[in-house]
Amino acid sequence: MRSFTYERAASPAEAARAVATTQGAKFIAGGTNLIDLMKLEIETPTHLVDVQDLGLDRVEETEEGGLRIGTFVSNTALSAHPRVREDYAVLTRAIQAGASGQLRNKASTGGNLLQRTRCAYFYDTNMPCNKRKPGDGCAAIDGFSRQLGVIGTSDSCIATYPGDMAVAMRALDAVVETVKPDGTARAIPVADFHRLWGDTPHIETALEPGEMITHVRLPTPLGGQHFYHKVRDRRSYAYALVSVAAVIQSDGTGRVAFGGVAPKPWRSEAADAQLPNGAAAVVRTAFADARPTEQNAFKIPLAERTLAGILAEMRS
Amino acid sequence: MAEDGFMKVSRRGVLAGGVASAAVGQASILRAQDSSTGGAAKQAKVPVRLTVNGTPQELELDSRTTLLDTLREHLKLTGSKKGCDHGQCGACTVMVNGTRINSCLSLAVQHQGDEITTIEGLGSPEDLHPMQAAFVEHDGYQCGYCTPGQICSAVAVLEEIRNGIPSHVTEDLTGRMRATEMEMRERMSGNICRCGAYSNIAEAMAQVAKG
Ligand SMILES: Cc1cc2nc3c(=O)[nH]c(=O)nc-3n(C[C@H](O)[C@H](O)[C@H](O)COP(=O)(O)OP(=O)(O)OC[C@H]3O[C@@H](n4cnc5c(N)ncnc54)[C@H](O)[C@@H]3O)c2cc1C
Ligand code: SF4
Ligand code: FES
Ligand code: FES
Repeated sequence: MRSFTYERAASPAEAARAVATTQGAKFIAGGTNLIDLMKLEIETPTHLVDVQDLGLDRVEETEEGGLRIGTFVSNTALSAHPRVREDYAVLTRAIQAGASGQLRNKASTGGNLLQRTRCAYFYDTNMPCNKRKPGDGCAAIDGFSRQLGVIGTSDSCIATYPGDMAVAMRALDAVVETVKPDGTARAIPVADFHRLWGDTPHIETALEPGEMITHVRLPTPLGGQHFYHKVRDRRSYAYALVSVAAVIQSDGTGRVAFGGVAPKPWRSEAADAQLPNGAAAVVRTAFADARPTEQNAFKIPLAERTLAGILAEMRS
Repeated sequence: MAEDGFMKVSRRGVLAGGVASAAVGQASILRAQDSSTGGAAKQAKVPVRLTVNGTPQELELDSRTTLLDTLREHLKLTGSKKGCDHGQCGACTVMVNGTRINSCLSLAVQHQGDEITTIEGLGSPEDLHPMQAAFVEHDGYQCGYCTPGQICSAVAVLEEIRNGIPSHVTEDLTGRMRATEMEMRERMSGNICRCGAYSNIAEAMAQVAKG
């Protein structure tokens, strides 16, 4: 690990300013992703700005009946919050399907959104990777790509956004609230938060340099039945091959977001509209532009069957 | 400057649960560096204060030191184990302020003022914690390398169930959480045992859960 200095900021704007004005600085929340990558020297921050003392560790009710989640709320606390369990069960389900009990206790809401890909070549510093080192090439495209993306990828990088929580947040149309180094606030819909990175796969989100996540806002509850089904190589403590977050109403309409398939949680309103016509219709629409590799083409029928499983559970 | 910075951090740490940002006007930058080494070899040394198994500790650490290395290398508490050093095995599991985490993926400087409990703090050979005793009774280990992490996790899992934290296998998210075999197995998935002592660990936990 490279040497770094460390500070605890006293306000979100000050934290943002510190990261923006210190060359090579990064925020640190739980550290469960960042420290892992620092050990491998994939991340080499020179200065860390810790966000734990900013009072952003609470879930508040909003005026319109939704929730506002502080960025430092742990994954465990968020998934166990009574209002989340009651009204946003898809979010509890998604969080609990990810990582392990120990990691969820430490992982924060903002950090979870910003976790980096799990492409094995990104982690292997002996291999070329455009995301780790722009212009280096991509070892995955002609390599082992079974875990990687099938849609929204590019000729530069076929990795996925690997997380679970954000997939549920996409189904719920959550909004990420931030503060910029000049102190101004901004709201970014989760739909626009993760980028389709094209030929700049090292730029993964809409955040500007030094911009800090302060909260995630959940709109008013949708009602309906909530599902998060995750298919993985072992039944617990593994990343998704495919996951499906769904909120389905009794008349058969609803929303569906897919995880493990793209650089961002994958959802299209056109595919949602196909829900009353069944899983095949939804997946045909959602994955119309898919460009899978030979090794990961199975993810598309797997997505269909996973959604079909949810619809069958819904009917029973 | 280092001391100055530490004072600010510790003051903030003491003030009600880290919500004290308004009370302190300025960020404290811990740039304490060993000036004798100079140049590129500069290391950031930072003062760290935490309580381990009830004993207050004051240390001067390289900012890169993980909580696990602090415990093992600096405090010589070698019960917590380093399996993977990447959050993948659970051998380093300890409790921080009552919740379990992977100490390998946490920096000591993130834990100013925290209370850490390791396997050494749960019980002693003369006075075993009920979970330690149950592991012995049920042969919940073979080589024993994963065991301190398993036991810390197992104690915390039963507490998490008591506190109503749901899991991936909980069917009714709004009902009362129960310490079923399925629940305990799922909640223990962050602790890998290469010897495969899982079924005996589950029996030990079931015994303690029954009380
Ligand atoms: C073995 C293992 C298995 C895992 N399995 C899963 C899984 O199955 N599913 C899943 O979803 N996740 C999984 N995870 C990932 C885990 O969920 C993330 O590591 C965690 O959510 C990151 O949160 P953190 O607070 O620790 O982030 P950190 O590591 O502190 O930060 C991550 C990134 O976010 C930035 N950051 C943090 N806070 C802010 C902020 N407020 N504003 C701006 N930037 C910020 C940091 O600079 C850093 O770049 C796994 C992790 C491990 C180690
Ligand atoms: S898929 Fe992306 S992350 Fe993986 S090796 Fe290629 S460029 Fe790197
Ligand atoms: S050593 Fe920490 S999880 Fe393996
Ligand atoms: S007892 Fe040997 S690794 Fe678990």
